[in-house]
Amino acid sequence: MTTDTLESVTHGTSRRLPDDALAPDVVRILSPDGTLLADEPGVSDEEAVALYRAMARTRIIDERAVLLQRQGRIGFHIGSLGEEATVLGSAYALRGTDWLFPCYREFGAALLRGMPLQRYFDNLYGNASDPAKGRQMPDHWCYRDARVGSVSSPIGTQITQAVGFAWAARIRRDPLVALVYFGEGATSSNEFHNGLNFAGVFKTPNVFLCRNNGWAISVPTERQTASESFAAKGVAYGVPAVRCDGNDVLAVLQVTRQAVERAARGEGPTLVEALTYRMSGHSTSDDPTRYRPEEQLSPWGKLDPMHRLRRYLEARVGWSDGKQQALEEQVAGELKTVIETAEKSSAPALETLFDDVFATLPWHLQEQRAELLSGPRAKGH
Amino acid sequence: MTQMNMVQAINDALRFEMKRDDRVVILGEDVGKVGGVFRVTAGLYDEFGDDRVIDTPLSEGGIIGTAIGMALYGLRPVPEIQFSDFIFPAYDQIVSELAKYRYRSGGEFPCPMVIRTPVGGGIRGGHYHSQSPEAQFIHVAGLKVVCPATPADAKGLLLSAMRDPDPVLFFEPKRIYRAAKGEVPDGDYTVPLGKANVVRGGEHVTLVTWGAMLYEALDAANKAAAEGVQVEVIDLRTLWPLDIDTIVASVKKTGRVVVVHEAPRSCGLGGEIVSLINEKAFLHLEAPPKRVCGFDTPFPYTLENEYLPLSHRIVPALLETARF
Repeated sequence: MTTDTLESVTHGTSRRLPDDALAPDVVRILSPDGTLLADEPGVSDEEAVALYRAMARTRIIDERAVLLQRQGRIGFHIGSLGEEATVLGSAYALRGTDWLFPCYREFGAALLRGMPLQRYFDNLYGNASDPAKGRQMPDHWCYRDARVGSVSSPIGTQITQAVGFAWAARIRRDPLVALVYFGEGATSSNEFHNGLNFAGVFKTPNVFLCRNNGWAISVPTERQTASESFAAKGVAYGVPAVRCDGNDVLAVLQVTRQAVERAARGEGPTLVEALTYRMSGHSTSDDPTRYRPEEQLSPWGKLDPMHRLRRYLEARVGWSDGKQQALEEQVAGELKTVIETAEKSSAPALETLFDDVFATLPWHLQEQRAELLSGPRAKGH
Repeated sequence: MTQMNMVQAINDALRFEMKRDDRVVILGEDVGKVGGVFRVTAGLYDEFGDDRVIDTPLSEGGIIGTAIGMALYGLRPVPEIQFSDFIFPAYDQIVSELAKYRYRSGGEFPCPMVIRTPVGGGIRGGHYHSQSPEAQFIHVAGLKVVCPATPADAKGLLLSAMRDPDPVLFFEPKRIYRAAKGEVPDGDYTVPLGKANVVRGGEHVTLVTWGAMLYEALDAANKAAAEGVQVEVIDLRTLWPLDIDTIVASVKKTGRVVVVHEAPRSCGLGGEIVSLINEKAFLHLEAPPKRVCGFDTPFPYTLENEYLPLSHRIVPALLETARF
């Protein structure tokens, strides 16, 4: 990475990535042009290809979901454009026995862990096949079988929950580690404070994965904290912190893996700040041109996590346009099938509205269900 | 059977269930070594150790947030909020997370836990140690809300709550923590959630109440009886989902109803009870339903006995309703 490139990159409106990215404590293994900066990549070529395929699949799905929203076929999408290295590298570091507590941008992590693509799309469509019966908006999924928690919209609430989960496991002598995702905006929330504080006191086996993507909807990083970095917040809680280049999947994987291993050894939690950039709006409901100068995007485009890993793979394993095309066609085929299936499914049955409020249906919900079922129907579902 | 007060009965239930089920853990402020500011968890730390009776940092959001994580893992956490007036930092976790986990995950992530918390006035605690926020939780789909009035019910309801598949807010009326005494069955003893108790029979007026106000209601019923008015007193015990059948059966018999609760009148549970009676027993009513409640003010310190719906305010309401 050259100084010229770095100086042209702004982070938020005034905070500059160059200062962060040049800091000696920021772990980086791949340069933006795909050159290996470390002695070892830390992964085999096969693993690097697997990571690349997962990142590319995530991006293709992301772009399709945006398109489906623009076409009015789904109501909403919130994705990870530009943040794939952070999301996939960290999820890849987990062991099969570990747990993942998502924020709302990590569908790629859930898919990597084994959440079926059909299940994800059934959530996006909120249809009858959705295991949550269309009760949650798009990108609010869960998948217990792959040890992936449940997405909610309030900011930071999952952080303390991940701490309690890991703490419970330790009480039961179960050697799992729980990783929790959140954006840098969430470091301003009550539950970031509570989570890190409890984790520090009780030395819980957690990895706190802060996706610092520069923006909390329209609010830039310098409006979230006067601290030198988000990682610095770990100090007061007694939680060791590390920063890494969030667009370098090998760096994200390495620091997360070390944090997982440290937690698994009983040495307590780690805060990881991954420096990346939100290349999209906050969600499909957001118009980032109202607050973000477009010229900020192009320097970040040069730091694209996909581009960097692809250059690396071209040099290492001869990744080619042909392989790229085959990958894109494969994902397009997958998407065709799951979208067709999701669109064939109907709206959830009316009576499911009342299920799962409680384990069994109390009298007042029985009455309200009967009222709904015998009453007039609404439109628009 | 053993003579106990409320504190002893709740402690007995906690100890019994912790012995029976090693997934039960207690966490909260001062619940460990000191046994809680009301001594409800006394002795449990020594008996079960600091992995199961946990003194936490001073943060209600942190207590409930981590307890949710424990429940998702498969433990049966019983967090204590030291006073229900201090529950609000945890309101987001309770309302946005705890209450919705089962629903939003299609049943994949049930989140059973019992949040124990002292409730109500009468201890000279001012605004911040006296409030009754039950309606704010009843209004949230997915929560069960319990408030016992006797030691036996405290034990039986708490054991049921700790075995319930859904999250339960367990409000403990602190005014009668030590004042209410009674025989409590030894060993395993459960009182089913959702069942009210007709504490006193009567044919003229139905009085619905719960918690510490049960004793004021009974006192008022005795005074009304001296005036020739026989009052049927229902202790709700489970506030939500409430025992509508018991209430409606009584109102159909008496045609008259007074609801008594400490919480402010407007949008209190009393309003919902009266609405339900109107929907289900309207043609049986002989008088307008009446509420005797706390006022729509913050809970006062010096004038707390004026604020609370004590016997002297309940008696005229009963007589007016009976003679309407």
